[in-house]
Amino acid sequence: MLIKKPADIRPSEITDPADYAGRRAFLKTAAALGIGMVAGPAAALVKVPGRGTPMSGLVDTPYGDDLEPTGYEHVTGYNNFYEFGTGKEDPAHNAHTLKTRPWNIVVDGECEAPGEIGIEDILKAFPQEERIYRLRCVEAWAMVVPWVGFPLGDLLTRFKPTSKANYVTFETLVDEQQMPGQRRAVLDWPYREGLRMDEAMHPLTILATGLYGELLPNQNGAPLRLVVPWKYGFKSIKSIVRISFSRTLPETTWWKRAPHEYGFYANVNPEVDHPRWSQARHRLIGEGLFSSKHRTLMFNGYADQVADLYRGMDLAKFY
Amino acid sequence: MRTILTHDRWLRFVAKPVLFSACLVPFVLLVKGALDADLGANPLERVTDVTGQWGLRFLLLTLAVTPLRRLTGWNRLLRFRRMLGLFVFFYISLHFLTWVWLDQELNWGNITADIAKRPYVTVGFTAWLLLLSLAVTSTRGMMRRLGRNWQRLHRAVYAIGVLGVLHYIWLVKADLLQPLIYAGVLALLLLVRWRPRLFHGVMSLGRPINVR
Repeated sequence: MLIKKPADIRPSEITDPADYAGRRAFLKTAAALGIGMVAGPAAALVKVPGRGTPMSGLVDTPYGDDLEPTGYEHVTGYNNFYEFGTGKEDPAHNAHTLKTRPWNIVVDGECEAPGEIGIEDILKAFPQEERIYRLRCVEAWAMVVPWVGFPLGDLLTRFKPTSKANYVTFETLVDEQQMPGQRRAVLDWPYREGLRMDEAMHPLTILATGLYGELLPNQNGAPLRLVVPWKYGFKSIKSIVRISFSRTLPETTWWKRAPHEYGFYANVNPEVDHPRWSQARHRLIGEGLFSSKHRTLMFNGYADQVADLYRGMDLAKFY
Repeated sequence: MRTILTHDRWLRFVAKPVLFSACLVPFVLLVKGALDADLGANPLERVTDVTGQWGLRFLLLTLAVTPLRRLTGWNRLLRFRRMLGLFVFFYISLHFLTWVWLDQELNWGNITADIAKRPYVTVGFTAWLLLLSLAVTSTRGMMRRLGRNWQRLHRAVYAIGVLGVLHYIWLVKADLLQPLIYAGVLALLLLVRWRPRLFHGVMSLGRPINVR
């Protein structure tokens, strides 16, 4: 069964009819029926490295067609995931202790149909798209990641958020046995992140289940993580076990820890420096020691799609 | 011709070259890593981290010479102190150069702005300036010329230690464990100097100390 409670949601309630007009929706339908996904778009998917569990029936999308993905070794060997240690190579070394099956995500708060959904159901219910996105870390380095996932909004609508749902909060698993980094109170566990409802429903915002055509490696936030490509990486919370709709602004981990350094919005913005370093440029992972930095783009290069969300806001104040 | 390996010769022709080579190992490994393009996903971060950490380690080693001399009574340890101190300068200069050249890409406007407005940079830069002044006055000739002032000037090494550790604490995002370990060792080394009585039982093992 897809959703434990309630189980009676019809597809017409899930997907906005307008979506059916689009190309992606056609592919979704095709994928759901298990047809026609072998030829055509599949040819343009990134090459699978053969290191993890391959995912079948992936939907190709135009997102990031012009971007060159960062090498698999770097994408999976260099990242921040403090639950497995504070060094950038710690997650790759330590995340093998995480058990990603079975894995349920509780959805609650301001919604009509709170419930729980398992990762296997998620993988079956939502057509899994490949989207190549830029990832910009608040520490002024960046990567290009070929994610596999689906729009967060597609999942959220199933739980029928009410009109009082102004924000969505996400929580990472807390389990010292599986996540040895949590034995020290480096952060206030569980890791929490949040989005404004319109940010959450934005078509660029996805829940990722894989990368490089394979199920997410543990160190990258298996089995399910958020990806918000126009925000600094720390917003894209990993190994999610809970999603809550709320009326008020959620207290998110880094923002609460150092509010003068990390804001709730955390939109990539070359004009607003981190107090300790400039955000104007970044280093692209995979390039050599002597290669120059790259200019950071407003909203990480996604301004055309997302700038409207913040019209009229002082981005130096709401950083 | 008779070869007598006196203590002095042993120091000059064996111990010092061995120590010198050992101190160069982190640098040689970095160069090798750079040539093999084997410095991880973020080579700049690696080089910055390695040079900064070794600079701090050599600084603590330098500060440990006098307490160790008291502990062991082996006064010749003092003969290694200048070399260790100059290696602090070497690694921190590499660290600074990495920042100026590879990180800031010689953008002097940004460099001076960062030194002025970002406290951890200000502190780090100040420490490097102090190190520079100690390095250029580290020769015998300078010691002679400066007389009593030489020692006064070289007490700046304590300030450098404090600034270095502060620099590290301020640049860390959340996990203070590493910099606090350095801070702890530094505090211990300073206490040994300034509150020797606390360590009386241990320190009395050595011979009486002639101040230098």
